[in-house]
Amino acid sequence: MASVVTRIKQKQIAQLIEKGKRLDGRSPNDYRELKIEQGIIERAEGSARVRLGNTEVVVGVKIENGTPFPDTPNEGVLTVNAELTPLASPAFEAGPPDADSIELARIVDRGIRESKMIDTEKLCIEQGKKVFVVFVDIYVINHDGNLIDASALAAVAALLNAKMSNYEIEDGEVKFKSGYTPLPIKQHPITVTCARIGDKLIVDPGIDEELVMDARLSMAIDDDGDIRAIQKGGAGYFTPEQVFEIAKLAKEKTKELRKKLDW
Amino acid sequence: MNDKPERLIDKKGLRLDGRKPDEMRQVKLEVGVVPNADGSAYIEQGKNRIVAGVYGPREVHPKHMALQDRTVLKCRYHMAPFSVQERKSPAPSRREVELSKVIRDSLEPAIFMEYYPRTMIDVFIEVLQADGGTRCASITAAALALADAGIPMRDLVVACAAGKADDTIVLDLMDEEDKLGKADVPVAIMPNLNAITLLQMDGKLTHEEFESAVNLAIEGCKKVYDVQKEALKAKYVGIKEEAEE
Repeated sequence: MASVVTRIKQKQIAQLIEKGKRLDGRSPNDYRELKIEQGIIERAEGSARVRLGNTEVVVGVKIENGTPFPDTPNEGVLTVNAELTPLASPAFEAGPPDADSIELARIVDRGIRESKMIDTEKLCIEQGKKVFVVFVDIYVINHDGNLIDASALAAVAALLNAKMSNYEIEDGEVKFKSGYTPLPIKQHPITVTCARIGDKLIVDPGIDEELVMDARLSMAIDDDGDIRAIQKGGAGYFTPEQVFEIAKLAKEKTKELRKKLDW
Repeated sequence: MNDKPERLIDKKGLRLDGRKPDEMRQVKLEVGVVPNADGSAYIEQGKNRIVAGVYGPREVHPKHMALQDRTVLKCRYHMAPFSVQERKSPAPSRREVELSKVIRDSLEPAIFMEYYPRTMIDVFIEVLQADGGTRCASITAAALALADAGIPMRDLVVACAAGKADDTIVLDLMDEEDKLGKADVPVAIMPNLNAITLLQMDGKLTHEEFESAVNLAIEGCKKVYDVQKEALKAKYVGIKEEAEE
């Protein structure tokens, strides 16, 4: 819900963007400062903290044994969950996941799943019976806009950081040994979100921009520069030309980020 | 149902159900199918069978959700337990929660929300049988139900998916193409305003493939739009005939 301050800022934001400027001095295609730390939670098999300006997201990866889905008996399982903790924003409430947190988790999930980032067949211990289950839990610590890109980056960083225990099969029984190996990684998807305000497009919307935006469009791009997942959100629309412009922009932006992150 | 086809496109370039790549399934639309609702519509697209109903503008429930300057649009996309091969639990899944949200976001741009402050408009969608592309068919039916309820709209909203089966960009994916194909791009548009109100994608597409998929989906939407208009007209022609009898 738009706060009173935002209503006052709304006009200012729109006028600035009309001139190609933004409230915090960024140009339309700039990300805020990005910081990624990995391995911050020792008890998790993998973890990462992402700061995108004042937006902060922590992702923990837990890896456990479980049973595979009947339709994919030789593949490990990936589940992504997101918590919009009441700590992170006055707009969030404690309670079961709402539509916003489910959407966030599913956008991050699709980026990882559709890009085939993890080689899930290598997570199979015993076909049809035992596989590794990878839990990706997204924790929002501070919401200052663009949770999608911050969460997607944090999830990928945490998975790159994750390790699973070594095991051997003895008399049909799985025995875990000392030592760890990293997850089998094939791709490094990066998600770029653009917002439309008036007829202008901006990358990485901050919270005030999100509250006045007409609509947003997020695209997950893989190592080859191809598109793997898309989600439009918000109660507005895009013209086809704007959609194609965002696709180009997303490709450029992920190239830049890849170089910076060495992904 | 149990055997996976080796190829989705045969040597002649035809699809499993004999369609050409840019050919739609048959779409049947009917308006005013739920007498108790303020507006309703029924769609058949391939084996999809979906009913959409609209209640409102009406009192907001719970009251604290009311907005002082506009109406609240609520949307519930739900699949019947018997709509898919393996019985689906009637409790809303995470997929249904997400789809309810993106369908809502696809319909809102068309509605003059500010005309009905402190009220709520409910859109209920029940998928009776699913055959690939249920979100698109749901949007097409729900927009028609909103129009049938007499809610002032900038334009209708109409949806259709395109995607990639084997190496071909195809229109209006059916179930097998949705599950075994290489990409799925559902698109909703307001046809008279050159506006895309729903866009999702999963799979893998180059930028060129993505552009042709979106353009093909828009062409598909325009074909469905003609059926939508006819369905809306048919209702009033029916009323006129009754009145004249």
